[in-house]
Order: sequence, then C-alpha cells, then structure tokens
Amino acid sequence: MFDSKVINMLLEGIGDTLYMTLGSTIIGYIVGLPLGILLNVSSEKGLKPNSVLYRILDIICNIIRSIPFLILLILLIPFTKLVVGQSYGSTATIVPLVVCASAYIARVVESSLNEVDQGVIEAAKAMGASNRQIILKVLLVEARTSLVTGFTITTGLLLGYSAMSGTVGGGGLGDIAVRYGYYRWQTDIMIVTVILLIIIFQIIQYIGTKVALKLDHRKR
Amino acid sequence: MSEIEIRNLSKKFEIKGQSVIALQNINLNIEKGDIFGIIGMSGAGKSTLVRSINYLEKPTEGQILIDGIDLAELSDKDLRKKRSKIGMIFQNFNLLEQKSVIDNICFPLEISGVKKKQARIKARELLKVVKLEEKEKAYPSQLSGGQKQRVAIARALATDPEILLCDEATSALDPQTTEAILKLLGEINESLGITIVIITHQMSVVTEICKKVAIIDNGRLVEEGSVEDVFETPKSDAAKELITGNVIRHKPLEELNTEKQIRIVFTENSAYEPVISNIVLEFNVPVNILKADTRNVNGKAVGEMILGLPSDKDIQEKIIAYLKDKNLGVTEVFENV
Repeated sequence: MFDSKVINMLLEGIGDTLYMTLGSTIIGYIVGLPLGILLNVSSEKGLKPNSVLYRILDIICNIIRSIPFLILLILLIPFTKLVVGQSYGSTATIVPLVVCASAYIARVVESSLNEVDQGVIEAAKAMGASNRQIILKVLLVEARTSLVTGFTITTGLLLGYSAMSGTVGGGGLGDIAVRYGYYRWQTDIMIVTVILLIIIFQIIQYIGTKVALKLDHRKR
Repeated sequence: MSEIEIRNLSKKFEIKGQSVIALQNINLNIEKGDIFGIIGMSGAGKSTLVRSINYLEKPTEGQILIDGIDLAELSDKDLRKKRSKIGMIFQNFNLLEQKSVIDNICFPLEISGVKKKQARIKARELLKVVKLEEKEKAYPSQLSGGQKQRVAIARALATDPEILLCDEATSALDPQTTEAILKLLGEINESLGITIVIITHQMSVVTEICKKVAIIDNGRLVEEGSVEDVFETPKSDAAKELITGNVIRHKPLEELNTEKQIRIVFTENSAYEPVISNIVLEFNVPVNILKADTRNVNGKAVGEMILGLPSDKDIQEKIIAYLKDKNLGVTEVFENV
C-alpha cells in the first residue's frame, strides 16, 4: 500500500528514532549516573552526608524535571545551536533530550541506590572498605536489578520524548507522524508510525525485563 | 595489655535537636582469646557499644584501644586496615544478595587487594570450617538463616582477624540453629585463638558460650565478671532481670505477689542434697516453687529455682541463712514491702 519512497522514509525514521533514543540514553547516563551517585552519597543517610551539595543537586534536578519537555526543547534552542550548530534534526534533538534525561536518570539512580540495605553497607564498612569501594562494589552491584529496570523505564520515556520532538522538526518517527498525519491528513502513515513506535517500545521493555530478571539473584 | 580496652566511653546522639545519651562512661577490658558477652535489654546501648569497638560509631568521649592503639589516632586509611582485622557478624547477616556464597566470602579479601585466585583458596578453606562446602555456588536467598550466618562467619574470618564482633548474631535464629552457631563460634575461638565479643539480649547465649560477661543497662555498665559468678549471684537489678526473665523494676504493685521471692542456684557441689524438702521439714513451712530449670553454664550443669517464701520475716531470714549455709547461690529477686 506504500511505495518504496514512503517505506524508505519510515526505515530512516526508525533509524533516527533509535539514534535519538539510545544516543540520549547513553549520554544521559554518562551525566546522570554520577549525579545520581552523588545524590545518594551526599544525602543525610549516605556515605558522606553533605547537605549543601545535596540541596544544590536536588534543586537543579527538580527544576529541569518540572519543565515540560516540549518547553525545555524550545528553551534550549540557543544552547543546542551552540553545541551542534543547528537546532533541528535528530542530532540536535539529542541535546535537550540529554538535559532532560540526565535529571531524570539522576533521580532514578538515586532511588535505586537508596534501596540497598544499610546493613550490607555497614558490613562493608566493618570490613574496611573505602567509600569508593562501597560505591563500586556494593551499591552499584547490589542495586543492579533496580538500575537496569530504571534504565528500561528511562529508555522508554526518551523514546516518547524523541517522538514529541517531531513537532518542532526533530526527525524520526514522531516527525513523520506529525508531518503526514497532522499536517497532511495522511492517517495511514500516522497509524503505521504509531504501530512502529509501539513495537520498538515493546522490544525495549522486553529486553530490559529479561536482563533485569537474569541479573537478579535475590529471588529464586 | 588487654586486646580491647574501652576507656571512659560515652556516646551521645543528636536526634532532632535533642541529645540522647546512648552510652555513659563505660570502662571495659577484654583479654586476648576471651569469649566476652555483653548483655542488656533492647535499647540498653549494647549495639552502640560493639559498633564503637571498630569505630563504626565514633565515641563522643573516651577511647577505644585495640592492642594498645587508640583508634582515634589512626588515619582513615589505617583505620580501614585495622577494621579488616576485626571481623563482624550481624543479626540480619548482611550478606551481599547479588553475590554467590564464595564471592561473599572472597569480598573482604577483594577489598584488601588479595588476588582472586588466592582469595578463592582461602574462601574454600573457610567453607570447610563452617561446614558449607556444598553451597559454594548458591546465593544467599537460597540459604536458611543458620546457613547465612555460617557464610557471614566465614566472610568475617577471611582476613584472619584477631577479633570477632557478634552483634545479636543469633537473635534471628531458632534455638537449635542458635546452639549450632554458638558451638561453631566456640570451636573457632579454640582453634584460631580469636577473641570473640558477643552482644546479645539472651542470657542463654551468654551462659552457653561466654567466659566473661558485662551487663549494660541504660547506657551504663552495671555489672561485670565471670559468667559463673554473675549467673550464681547477680547483683544488679538488670542482671537479675536478664537471668530470671522477670521484670523486677517498674512493675505495678498489684501485679506483685505478697510473698518474698528468692532465686537459688545449684552447682555441682550442692546438687545432691534435697534442700527444698529439708527446708519444709526443718522450718515446718510450705515453700512455693515458682520456676525450676537447669542450664548449661560453660559446660557445667547448673540448676536454678525461684522460690516463693512465706510472709514471716523471721522465717524468711532463717531459710536464706540455711540455703547459704548449704553453699547455694542465693539472690533475693524481689520483696514486696
């Protein structure tokens, strides 16, 4: 029912969507994971409580997360231009996605690490472990199932956000859906893009759940 | 020089602007190779005390000396090194849930920078000591409570510590498992000469395994001595409560019996004579046996009995004198005046 031109466009759209989603997730984790660790460590019950640092990070994360993504996208246009030289296209979309994702990831990581049993941390301290060792060998290892689950949720969220960026020319499947489905009333193309988004989301969730389960030795 | 010296130790906590005194001026010496029990009701401060010994809790005042070295004077790095020579086990085992049994035991070695291969050899040796060789690849969630504590003990021993701290280590276990774990600790003490400090609220744990005991009540050290002495003739109210299981203090008056109650302890030398029958015959009064029990105190069978005496003061005194004369440990548990 579609000619090869449309199919190529859809394939390209899938590629762009995956590029934006995975790109922003990975860069988001490079920024957000250390932030999340810092939040956990500097919190009141953390390894090295520091209320000033915690408050600052806490407020920054809250501010970013309280701005709706679409508005953040527009707000960040000058910054995006500065970083990648243009404000449209899939690479440009990664910039606001990363900003948004980092704050989100920091929170997700923080809460995963907070779940680690204080008793286990205490046992590690009693063995003479340094804070660095406790973070790398206890916190991140014991919380890994929860971290993977958080990763899956984040990726799903960014998939949705990347599609949202289509409204301002972000590229990818969302962009196609908006251009054809909204501006040109080509409902069939829009439905196909939506189905594709659903399939991608299901695959991400399936892999994430499998990996999390595989890594978990707590319940057998 | 004692292996562990606790000097004028006090600890205050600031909770919501209010300061709570957890420990007050504790002085205690624990000798090398001892099995030392620290017993108290929950909230008495005993956990804070044991956590001070490896400086998980920094004292507000006073000092902790391990082999004569004041822990306060150590740098962070040296303190961590010292801690690796003080093993610790916990009520909730605190095993790494995502690591297998063998990796849990290797963990403290990994932290101290021991090579993996060497660590594995050591861990396998320890699995033999705690009799869990077949569980090497299992994960903590697949183990019973007793098995988890065995893994925790093996883990605590991995770095060849000189001291083993046990923080309510048997409180989450059933009586049979508790006995097996205590037996294991006794064996370890004997074969490795390791000093063991046991924190508990169960008197049975202390009588089963400890040689010396200190009683903590309300953040203070109220009694200290050999287990035999404290068990036979407890002096403080806290000790009496822990031994008899009766709340002596803060008991509403109407709950009290009108009788005077005494606790007598039979040891090997005194267990042959039918003292109770003799009392009845000699004084021509009834005595009420409220409780009777035999316990194993460091391998010796010790009988204990709580007697309710008649209300006549004169006769009470005579009975007590009679029992003391027969070399029995006599403690007045309470008296309703």
